[in-house]
Amino acid sequence: MGWIADTVDSVKSIQLRQALIQIVNLGLIVSSALMIWKGLMCITGSESPVVVVLSGSMEPGFKRGDILFLHMSKDPIRTGEIVVFNIDGRDIPIVHRVIKVHERQDTGEAYILTKGDNNDMDDRVLYNHGQNWLQNHHIMGRAVGFLPYVGWVTIMMTEKPVLKYILIGALGLLVITSKD
Amino acid sequence: MHSFGYRANALLTFAVTILALMCAMASFSDNLNSPTPSAQVKVLNINWFQKQPNGNDEVSMTLNITADLQSLFTWNTKQVFVFVAAEYETPKNSLNQISLWDGIIPSKEHAKFWIHTSNKYRFIDQGSNLRGKEFNLTLHWHVMPKTGKMFADKIVMPGYRLPEEYR
Repeated sequence: MGWIADTVDSVKSIQLRQALIQIVNLGLIVSSALMIWKGLMCITGSESPVVVVLSGSMEPGFKRGDILFLHMSKDPIRTGEIVVFNIDGRDIPIVHRVIKVHERQDTGEAYILTKGDNNDMDDRVLYNHGQNWLQNHHIMGRAVGFLPYVGWVTIMMTEKPVLKYILIGALGLLVITSKD
Repeated sequence: MHSFGYRANALLTFAVTILALMCAMASFSDNLNSPTPSAQVKVLNINWFQKQPNGNDEVSMTLNITADLQSLFTWNTKQVFVFVAAEYETPKNSLNQISLWDGIIPSKEHAKFWIHTSNKYRFIDQGSNLRGKEFNLTLHWHVMPKTGKMFADKIVMPGYRLPEEYR
């Protein structure tokens, strides 16, 4: 009767090995995604190297759902550049164009005014009460590249969280059940 | 090995790779274009020139802008954003850039234009340094591609001067 016990043992070890391989695979996928993201952060020097356009204020240049690649270099900000900025005390970054720059002689500190191409007014109405200018620390990066439509995936996932769980569940199931 | 899932996955990966490659090539092809734009800006009139109650100088002027930007357009160009900025130096600021007029050119047919306008954005200094100030007018353009890298360049036109007295 020894061979039955042997077979059971060997089957068990195969399953264990397979389960371990699946876990390692899953870990590999997660860590490589993280590596790409952090690598992009290092290369571009920007906290968030990729942003999704959420509003139509830059139409017809950028539509809702387009993706922008950001770069944060040491070069000073100039008029005409499209920058992503964060107003103090607010979470959602804004993508608009710079229309005025005053750069200090002594400190190099810049006073920046922005406006959305599709808006009639400049952004002073969006800034905090009494704030007339953006300064360097508000700027998160400037847009250097552009990819249309791809951002719709994230917009849909943030607006319908169910989709997100379905997608993550399906991917997880696929990874766990796949055998090669 | 040859299940439906694997085939669908392979097809999707291949399609996305080809699409990404085509986008990259379209963006790269912009480098082959060497544009030769031309522009001319005239200050026709200083409408008014005064000091605001808070001490900042403000001026209003009428501009005549003539430009030919047709050579900027390639098959990967969605639009060209063009603007005229006044640029000058003051004792306090090493650079002041103030956009005076801007426009969006949607296609090559509209890229050769002539416009007569007063400044769209207010020309206000940080302080009171504008009397007799020499400044440059710069025509900037930012090319927005259908996909890929954005381009920008400018033509600097020096030698403009504001009047010595408020009016």
